[in-house]
Parts: sequence; C-alpha cells; structure tokens
Amino acid sequence: MVFIKREVTLTVNLREYRVEIQEHWTLLEVLRDCLGLTGTKCSCNLGDCGACTVIVDGKPVLSCLALAASMEGKEITTIEGLSGDRGLHPLQKAFIDEGAIQCGFCTPGLIMTAKTLLDENPDPTEEEVREAISGNVCRCTGYHKPVKAVLAAAKMLRQEEKGVCNVG
Amino acid sequence: MAEYEIVGKRVPRVDALPKVTGEARYAADLTMPGLLHGKILRSPHPHARVLSVDTSRAEKLYGVRAVVTAKDFAGFRYGFMASTRDEPPLAEDQVRFVGEEVAAVAAIDEEIASEAIELIKVEYEPLPAVYDPEEALREGAPQLHQDKPGNISAHVKMNFGDVDAALANAYHVREDRFYSQSVLHGFLEPHAVIARWESAGGITVWASKQSPYFLYRNLASCFRLPLSKVRVIQPYVGGGFGGKNATFALDFCAAMLSKKTGFPVKIVYEAEDILGYGRRRHPMIMELKTGVTRDGLLLGTSCRLIADGGAYTSVGPMTIYLSGAFLSLPYKMPSFRYEAVRAYTNKPVCNAMRGHGSPQIRYAADCQLELIARDLSIDPVEIRRRNVVEAGYVTANKMHVKSCGLKESIDEALKAINWYEVRREINEHNKKSGRVLRGLGIACNGFQSGARLHGHTACSAIVKVHEDGGISLLTGSTDSGQGSETVLAMITAELFGVPLETVEVSKVDSHLTPVDPGSFGSRVTSTAGNAVKIAALKARDKLAVVAAEVLGGEKEEVEFKKESVFLKGRPEKAIPFRKLCHLTYTYGHGQVIVGEGHWSQEIDMPNWETGEGDLAGTYTFGTQVAEVEVDRLTGKIKLNKMVVAHDLGYAINPLACEGQHEGSVFGGLGHCIYEECRVEDGKTLNPSFLDYKMPTAMDMPRVMESIGIETMDQEGVFGAKESAEGTQVSTVPAIVNAIYDATGVMFKELPVTPEKVLKALEGNISEGEG
Repeated sequence: MVFIKREVTLTVNLREYRVEIQEHWTLLEVLRDCLGLTGTKCSCNLGDCGACTVIVDGKPVLSCLALAASMEGKEITTIEGLSGDRGLHPLQKAFIDEGAIQCGFCTPGLIMTAKTLLDENPDPTEEEVREAISGNVCRCTGYHKPVKAVLAAAKMLRQEEKGVCNVG
Repeated sequence: MAEYEIVGKRVPRVDALPKVTGEARYAADLTMPGLLHGKILRSPHPHARVLSVDTSRAEKLYGVRAVVTAKDFAGFRYGFMASTRDEPPLAEDQVRFVGEEVAAVAAIDEEIASEAIELIKVEYEPLPAVYDPEEALREGAPQLHQDKPGNISAHVKMNFGDVDAALANAYHVREDRFYSQSVLHGFLEPHAVIARWESAGGITVWASKQSPYFLYRNLASCFRLPLSKVRVIQPYVGGGFGGKNATFALDFCAAMLSKKTGFPVKIVYEAEDILGYGRRRHPMIMELKTGVTRDGLLLGTSCRLIADGGAYTSVGPMTIYLSGAFLSLPYKMPSFRYEAVRAYTNKPVCNAMRGHGSPQIRYAADCQLELIARDLSIDPVEIRRRNVVEAGYVTANKMHVKSCGLKESIDEALKAINWYEVRREINEHNKKSGRVLRGLGIACNGFQSGARLHGHTACSAIVKVHEDGGISLLTGSTDSGQGSETVLAMITAELFGVPLETVEVSKVDSHLTPVDPGSFGSRVTSTAGNAVKIAALKARDKLAVVAAEVLGGEKEEVEFKKESVFLKGRPEKAIPFRKLCHLTYTYGHGQVIVGEGHWSQEIDMPNWETGEGDLAGTYTFGTQVAEVEVDRLTGKIKLNKMVVAHDLGYAINPLACEGQHEGSVFGGLGHCIYEECRVEDGKTLNPSFLDYKMPTAMDMPRVMESIGIETMDQEGVFGAKESAEGTQVSTVPAIVNAIYDATGVMFKELPVTPEKVLKALEGNISEGEG
C-alpha cells in the first residue's frame, strides 16, 4: 500500500499544530495519536455512536468520519478545550452535578454535541435537547440525567449572559 | 434512622471531573515506548476444520514483528470451571462460529498489522453447522465438541416439593412458551489491552475489565506464571454490564505477542469485533406449566428451559442455574421443577449480562402470572400482592429472605403512577377505539444482593491515612461506570468525618490492591462496602488511641466529625483531624496508619447439584410499572412512563441509585422492543450501533421515577443492598404486560417489534397470544 504523506496545520483548542499526516488519516486519529488529545473517544469508528464528536467551526462533527487533511484553516474544539480560564464550562458542571455521567465514555461526545446546540439555541426545550443528542449513544444513563444536565447548563449560560450571577 | 454527613446524600461522582474534562484515560487511550499494534484474524466460517494456517507471507511483511496461532498456546483452554474449560485463545483444529479468532499479528502500526492479517492463509474444510438450539439438541445434529455429545454445554436440574401433586390439585393450570432473544451488552468502550512481557518473568497488563482478577488468574494459567507475577493494572472502564468479566482472545494474544517480541503490544477491538462476534446475553426458550388456586395463589411450576449458548461454555452453567433458582423469587412458589439445557450452537458465545439469567425467566414467569390473573379474573396487582414473599420467608430451594420491601414497592410504584386513576382513564380511552391504544403494566423482581461464589469470594480493602489527613482507599473492586468508587469513598469519608474529596480511590493494580472476585452479581457496594467499613474502622482505631491520650479520655469515647476529633459530648475540646494524623505519625516511635478489612456473606455454599441454598447473603426486591401507547396503524410502541420502586436496603447515594434505575429502564426497554442480534447462517447481520438499534434519547420515556424503598438490611453496609442489576429484572415483563393491557395480546417472543404488533392486531396471531 502506498500512503501519501503531507504536513498540515490544524487549529485545535485555539492552538496551532503542525503535523505530518497521511492523507487518509481521520481527524480522530490525528487528535488522539498525534496530538495526544485522547479525551475524544473512539468507539464505533463508523459514525454511528457520536462518541468522537468534536466541534468544527461551530458545528458538531464526527471526527471518525472527517479527514484530518480537510481540516486546515478550520477551528476545532475538543473536550480538552472546553474549560477555560474561568474553570469548567457550565455543561461540564451540570453533567457533574446532575449525575449525568456513569462510565464516562460517551460523555465528551455528548457534551460537545450539547455545546453546539446551546450555542445555536440558548433556550432549548426538552424535546430539542433529546433530538440534538439522539445521535450520541449512551448505554449507562438512559439519557434522563444528560438531558436534565443540558437543560440546567442552558439555564446557567442564560443567567451568565444576563450577568445575574457569575458561574465561573 | 441515623443522620449522616455524607452517606445518604445526592453526592456527585468522585471521578466526574476527569470524565468531563477528557482526562480520564481508558485502556485504548494508553501508549508507551516501543508499543506494537496487534490485529486478529477471524474465521469466515460458522463451522469448519482448520487444515492449515500459513503465516509465512505475513511474517515477511515489512513492519511485522510476530504472528501467533493456536500452536503457541500449546493446548491451553480456559473457562468458568475446570470441567467447562472448552475455549482456546485461538482456534485449534476447528472453528465453531463466524468470527472465531484464528491468528494474531503484532506490527509497528495498525495498518501494517491489518495488511499482515490478510496475508495469512488458512485452509478450511467447511462442516455442517447448527444455529437453532432445539435443532442442536436433536439426534443427528452437527456436533460442535467431540467430548460433549449431543451439544450439551451444561445441564441443570432442580426439583423442590411435589410439583406433580401441586399441578394435579391446582384449580387452574397454564402452559406457555416464551422466548427471549439475543441481545448485546452494548458498552461504548471497546475491549482494549496493552500487555508487556517482563524479561524477569512476568506480564504487566492494562486492560478494560470489570473483573480484572479473572484476567490475572487466566494469564497466570495460560503462561504458567505464579499469580504474583501477573500485574493487572486497571484504567478507567467504559461500561461492562457483564461483557467485560472474561478474558478474551485479544488479552491472551497481546501477552503472547509481547512475549515473542519483547515489546509491549496493544490490541483494540473494532465495533464489528464486539457487536458481530462478541459475547451476548443468552437467548432462552422457556416453557412454564404453572398451577394456582382459585384465588390465584401459586402452587407450583414446572419449567423446561433451553438456552442458546453459542460455541463455547463461558459462564453458561451459572446462567441457567440462576434462571432456575430465581423461579422462587419474588413470589412464593411452594414447589417447582426445573430442567435446563444449554445447547452449543455455531454462533458467538453467550455469557452473563445485567441480571444474569434472571431477566429472561422473570419475563416468562411474570407475564404468565399476568395471563393467569386474566384467566381467573383477578386484578393483576392483586394477584401479585397475594403471592409476594416477605421478610423471614424461606423459599422452596432454601433461599432465606431477610429484609424485604416488596409489598411497599408495589404500593409506592402504584402511588407514583397514580395507578387506579390512570387505569380508569385508559379504560375510557381504549373504549373509543382510536388509533392509539394505551396500557398499564406491572411486574416484580427479586435478585441477589452480592453473589456468593465458589472458591475465593471475599472482598478486601486497605485504608491508608496519610500524615496530612489525606486518605487512600485500595480495594480490588472495579467501577465500570456504576459508581462504586464513589460509594466506597463516601463510606470511608463518613467514618473519618472528612470531606469526600479527602479520599482517593485507587483502581486495581494486582501488585498493590487486594485480590477480589470482581464486579458482577451486584457485589461491590454490598460486599466490598462492608470490607471498606471494617478497614476504615481499624485505621480510625489507631487514630482514636492517640486522640484519647491527647484529649485525656478513653478510646471508645472518641468521635470523628466535620474534620474534627473529640470526646463524645465534648466537641469544644477537639483536635483537627489533620493535626491528629500528623501527631499519630510522630507519636511514640512513629507509626503508619493503615487498616485492612475483608468481608464475605456468612452463608453456606449452595448445593450446585440440587440447586438448594442461598445465592447471596440477602436479596433485593422491587416493582416496576410501565405506561405505554401502541399505535394501531404503525405498530409502534411508545413507553410513556416508567416507575422503578426498589428495595435497596438503604440508598448510600440516591443520585447514583437513580442513575442505575434509569439505566435499567433503558436496558430493559431495548431488550423488550428494539434490540436483537439478527443472525443468519451464523453471521450477525447487524454488527453496528446503527443497525443494532439501542433506544436513543428520543425513544426513552419522558417520565421515569425512581423510588428507593429503605428496609435497612442487617447484612448490608449502612443497611444498603444492591440497586443495579435487580432493577433490570422486571423491566421487560412490566412493559410486555402494559402492551398486553393495551392490545389484549400477550407477546411471548421478544422483541415486540412493530411488525409483530401489526400482525397480532390484524389477527394473524391467535387471539390473545403473540
């Protein structure tokens, strides 16, 4: 087999990375194997389970289906880039407080999917949350608590926006 | 009831932070210098003789470091018990299912390993295969194992009381046949392992296991090493549900490839490896003949069960044992006869899955009870109330019910769903004969709180208090997601009167943590929890000796609360906990504060031959109530509401218990109406999450209520019993009974798909039975 190598510049979590990749490598492989960002999980590697969801230019992307070579010039956010100087993102806090995590393997993907929902729709209904995360498979929780966590995070974010309280 | 500082509170998980930041490392996330990557070649045939395996071309490929075949394992077989060891790490001269592992390669990267796999030439001579368990048991069927004639992998018989007399004297007798299909564990984290052969003689393994000490024992036997030379290190585990107990081909192969190459070898299974060829729940055919009095009191049942075991035995004997033993709970069953056969078929291997053997039989028995209630015109709730066991009851097979909140669980579940009012509403609604039919269903469960085993069965703990007051907790138990690390940390923190974050729970490292049977049979909180309590109290005692001296009192008077240590009734004169720890280290000649504890159910071993005796020190009970809608046009079923009321003894962490209950509803709903491994000619046709169809967030009921019934069990730590597996035992029958209520059709084969519903509603299935 002949693989074509090339160097790409990827912007991940506001940092630039110059990496030598093979053209057929997926974004998931590059994040995990080249950049050491193993918070993004590989479960089915077929685009069926949502565990590898990252945010690319504001949209949820299944990183197991995206070629790394196509990611130049785009802004990529992974679970490692979600918390900032002010601590955890409200979604992370809400997932902890609502008991929305069990084994935790689907958690990064779920949180990244939820973030793109809340970025677009800061006040979603329960049905909108359920629909948004319906492509993320979780075998432990039954989705009840993750849904509650996303709604709680939405509320925190709206209050933060209004300056009612500083949630970190 | 005692008021606690931490125990009993809705506390977030101790491992939640690393899980939301992506820092939590699972087995596949790990790497190390010199790491080689392994891939496994699988059989394309359901049944064939292996005539030859030629690895020469693979070995010559650039980057390949080693190839292993069955020869390397020199006839080693593994299995549940000595008599059931029928599984080789790699197929020897015969393959018995599509996907059986035949050879493995280690190379410098995954792509080369995959290419090398394709270069291995295996010559097969196909053999006739058998996929249906009933056919497999017939004379003349293709035989899977020469030393197991008749394809009988396991056979269990039980006989308690005079069943024939009971059935002869019964006012009413019913015979029904039920079928529970093949379903998957469905964990998200794939099986993954890194094995490193140590040149001094030993293996270090990082593997995703819910019961890592099985791996420890299996590797020691396979490689003829002393147990102390096998070091199993447990990373985070991404779900197990029974599917990560055993040792698999990847574990043995990674270790063998590392031994051959001198480098660490990593193998990660792909989705198809797990969903297409991996372990699954036993499908079961269950025939029940049950007799009752005119009032619906159970008199006896005669049960014939055939379990479809797949190609090897795994823990199958225990599975069918449990299905039989739990015929006697949660309803009083004065007599029963049970005969079960686990048949070998040319399909992937079946093993334990959440509820182990119980969800299948409870589906059959509880749905049959529903039919009996209808036959006798007894209210479905009433017939259950009349038959439930209570504290002090001893079952026909001599299981001793200690604490029991079953009656309360019925009351609470009905209250939560507003049963009688909704009942009336639904009756009115269904009279209108609209497109949507509604139904209410109820089912009860009984389960073991902490399985008692053959051989080593105790859990142990070591509690180490640091001189700055930090606490390390070492146990051999594994948190595969259920939250046991949090529960064990809460128990420890409560006893020392310190904040939860003071306690660090170490994951299994078999060189350091005490040996443990594993995380199955709902045994971590119930068994390891008691061990942790003992260890913590021993360590605390050492601190109390010093505190008593410093405070001028007796050791017995010392109390530990709110990071402070004082004599009972005199909190004003206290030493901060941290200071006491420091003092204790420097006290006298100096000491280290370590406490050790071990605990096991104090019960006799059951008689595995007759099926008599306790399976656990205590049992849990519960009730589930489901409200469904059935669309007559599409056949689609919607679960609107589900209530889980579970006698869990005491909820150490109500938030975690709720999570378990919700997860049970999810697992049970999938089993009931969505999931099934579709197998044709031995090949699983739907080996992906897309095609296997577990429920999504859209399919789950919008209302799920979890009720903890607290019976303060004498056996359990802080009164707690299991609250994890037992709750999935009655999910399926509750939903099926609700569908029956809506449609008038009892579905006796799972899953209840829209297709089956439509056929039944069109009258293509005989009236009343689908």
